[in-house]
Amino acid sequence: MAKLIRISPVTRINGFWNLEVDVDDGHITDARSSGIFFRGFEEILKGRDPRDAAYLTERICGICSTAHAIAASHAMEDALKIEISSNATLLRNLSFGADLLQNHLRHFYLLTVLDFVRGPEQPPFIPRYESDYRLNTHETDRVMESYRQHFDIARITHEMVTIFGGKAPHQHGIIPGGVTTPPTVDRIQKFMGSLETVLEYINGRLIPDAQLLARRYDDYFEIGRGYENLLAYGNFQVPGKNSEFVMPFGVYSDGRIDKFNPERIREHVHYSWFVQDSPKHPVEEETNPEPDKEGAYSWVKAPRYAAKPFETGPIAHLWMKGDYRRGISTMDRILARVMEAKIVGNMMKEWLKQLEPGKPIYRPYEMPDKEVEGVGYTGAMRGALAHWVRFKGNKILHYQIVTPSAWVCSPRDAGGMRGPLEEALVGTPIADTDNPIEIGRVGRSFDPCLACAVHLIKTDGSRQSLQIM
Amino acid sequence: MLTRRQFIKTAMATTAALQLSEILIPHLAEAFIGKKKPPVIWLEMMTCTGDFLSVANTLHPDMRELLFDTIDLCYSNTAMAAEGDLAIGVLKETVEREKGEYILIAEGTVPLKAGGRYGAIGHHPDGSIFTDLEAIRFTAPKAKYIMAVGTCASFGGPYAAHPNPSGSVPVHKVVDSQVINVPGCPVHPDWVVGTLTHLLLYGVPELDAFNRPKVFFGRRIHDWCPRRQHFDNGVFATDPGEEKCTYKIGCKGPVTFVDCPTRQWIGEHNSWPVEANTPCIGCVSPDFPDGMSPFYAHLPDMNVLGLRTTADKIGKGVAAVTAAGIGTHLAASVATGRLGTTLIDGTRPKREGVNRDTRKHSKDKTREVVFLPEGKIKGINLRRYHLQGKGRIKVFINRISFFGKGKRR
Repeated sequence: MAKLIRISPVTRINGFWNLEVDVDDGHITDARSSGIFFRGFEEILKGRDPRDAAYLTERICGICSTAHAIAASHAMEDALKIEISSNATLLRNLSFGADLLQNHLRHFYLLTVLDFVRGPEQPPFIPRYESDYRLNTHETDRVMESYRQHFDIARITHEMVTIFGGKAPHQHGIIPGGVTTPPTVDRIQKFMGSLETVLEYINGRLIPDAQLLARRYDDYFEIGRGYENLLAYGNFQVPGKNSEFVMPFGVYSDGRIDKFNPERIREHVHYSWFVQDSPKHPVEEETNPEPDKEGAYSWVKAPRYAAKPFETGPIAHLWMKGDYRRGISTMDRILARVMEAKIVGNMMKEWLKQLEPGKPIYRPYEMPDKEVEGVGYTGAMRGALAHWVRFKGNKILHYQIVTPSAWVCSPRDAGGMRGPLEEALVGTPIADTDNPIEIGRVGRSFDPCLACAVHLIKTDGSRQSLQIM
Repeated sequence: MLTRRQFIKTAMATTAALQLSEILIPHLAEAFIGKKKPPVIWLEMMTCTGDFLSVANTLHPDMRELLFDTIDLCYSNTAMAAEGDLAIGVLKETVEREKGEYILIAEGTVPLKAGGRYGAIGHHPDGSIFTDLEAIRFTAPKAKYIMAVGTCASFGGPYAAHPNPSGSVPVHKVVDSQVINVPGCPVHPDWVVGTLTHLLLYGVPELDAFNRPKVFFGRRIHDWCPRRQHFDNGVFATDPGEEKCTYKIGCKGPVTFVDCPTRQWIGEHNSWPVEANTPCIGCVSPDFPDGMSPFYAHLPDMNVLGLRTTADKIGKGVAAVTAAGIGTHLAASVATGRLGTTLIDGTRPKREGVNRDTRKHSKDKTREVVFLPEGKIKGINLRRYHLQGKGRIKVFINRISFFGKGKRR
């Protein structure tokens, strides 16, 4: 007889999330992922000055705000055909890289380790599930000491964002046309010094701690495998070449990597609290919220690529780049994220050296009188993020955002196919239904961010074809 | 338990902000030691969690000291080990056990549409949805103090912006008790930790008309801006990225009350938006973002608190608002989206600067101050006055005003 377990809220994620699983004979047989809040950001953007989108869309998410600034800027630059300078690209990569390090550090310590490590006997570490903590006292002390230290290191990463961005979260430096803070030597040396501190921590603490978890919980290399479909958008522009990316675009399915074709994206709302006649491409959608919709169970829509669900995130980035191909599972996702922090940190050192003080960082532009549209892709901290914008003069006509967490946390599609995270949960063993710690371990390995996943999307009329960058 | 050493370190760190004498601190330490750690419920509602993550950037005290030694963070969606029913159970237990003792830190808006179903903190064990509205009404009445952290919780912020799809309102709209607003998008860690310290040591801090602690929100950015001299000398940036006064590219410093120029962001005082050569967007203000956008439009072109007016008039205007005590009314019109309807007009492309003489419309000439209008008023090129130096402007200022109250072009 199947037993229903509801975890609502799934804490230690960004946003509000409800997971329901059916457990039969010690294993999960079905799962439903449900976003339980909704803000309607795209509707808010309509009618505003398109230049404001880079700042406003940052407010979608407090942990990955820089990614939204990048995507919004890319979209505007695509629409207006602006090529940004090499200095601007480098500074964007540095600010975004610092925010990525912040995200990965906080995801591992603040959000993940308490699934595997018994915290101290005080709030907020108690109460907790009392089951299956495999680290001995010495190891637990070590990881909890890293947990304490990570607050300082994560702050330093945000200070790095501040150096070229004015503040963090929700930095000001990345805007359409380039960046705003010139790379003077005092800023470069401060950034460099901070980066060294952070890399030392990544090498000395984060990676060994992740490896320790991987050794003690090696069964999680088999748990939470899911569809094994990966989607990655290009991340970190190559300086001076606006159409090339250090982390490449790619689609991995059925064991092979294909080229990404943006025409193949469709968003389904069959099980979401929205009304729409059929699955549509993001630029063609006509969607209305309907909180009373029969059978629906989430505020998150269901994006699909080539009619298939795809997961995204650091593991997808590294898979396409060829830096991580061990496998796709709960523990692989955690390890790939940690590895991405190290790889990006090392690339940042190189980018710093390439900066040219005194060279341009911003390219002025005019707002056109005619209607234009553009799309901005980026590989955010959590994977594939895209903004679609259409505007005329100083007015946004249509704005559309499909976030990584919409891909990952999506509910079933029109064909009844589970979302990637739902699928990954199926088959997970549950030792004790009163302390189902395994569910959160699988779920959080995706680094879900429901703050990003929930949108209202509404368009005003039919669209032509999508521009490809 | 907070040790004496930790207490002194914490208190010393906030000394500058709180104007606290060093001689006083040992005394307070004595008074404080021996008490249990204050329980805190951090209730995230409709939010991006940026405020929690910003507070995690605190330097003195740092977050580990705050979390492990200073407070008992009983409930936090982002930090707590418990999840699901266990977490909801903790919330309910804490509210009962620590009744009248706990500090409620509320983050995010409260959505009201569809009976509150647009935002929930989770589910009750019986399977019914636990909405944000229910959660704030459940936790607020028994709290010792309520802090609304971030602009969303304080005033509505971006999620309550026009057309407010979720029907979001700030915390004080749905709570009867006093709410101390600590806005910012995101909030600066010092503003939160400083206010918390004040509550623990001395009770409620002195507040302004919008219930913001004056110690942090009592100074106008424009008055303390390191680029004020550029403004006075007429050295203006025409694009973001220029190291000049950002007034003409939309700086909202003249109407924004907070200590960013001196406190700076974050930790080691690295920078702040104006130092990053971008305009201040007025994110601590009650009408952010509708009244503060378009972000790159300079002040006379936009709607501030529902009025179309000049920079310094608003600066003084807010003080006048304080006296009149209509702050809540203005915040309410933001929350209801009334200002939002004027926004759509505000986003239309406009001609630059001033194009008409409003002297005859102004009733109160003495309070009007003109800041650098572009273009011409009845054939007088104001830019010329401006370039000739401060003295000439003053003469000019006393004579005319532009933009009548509530008038729209």
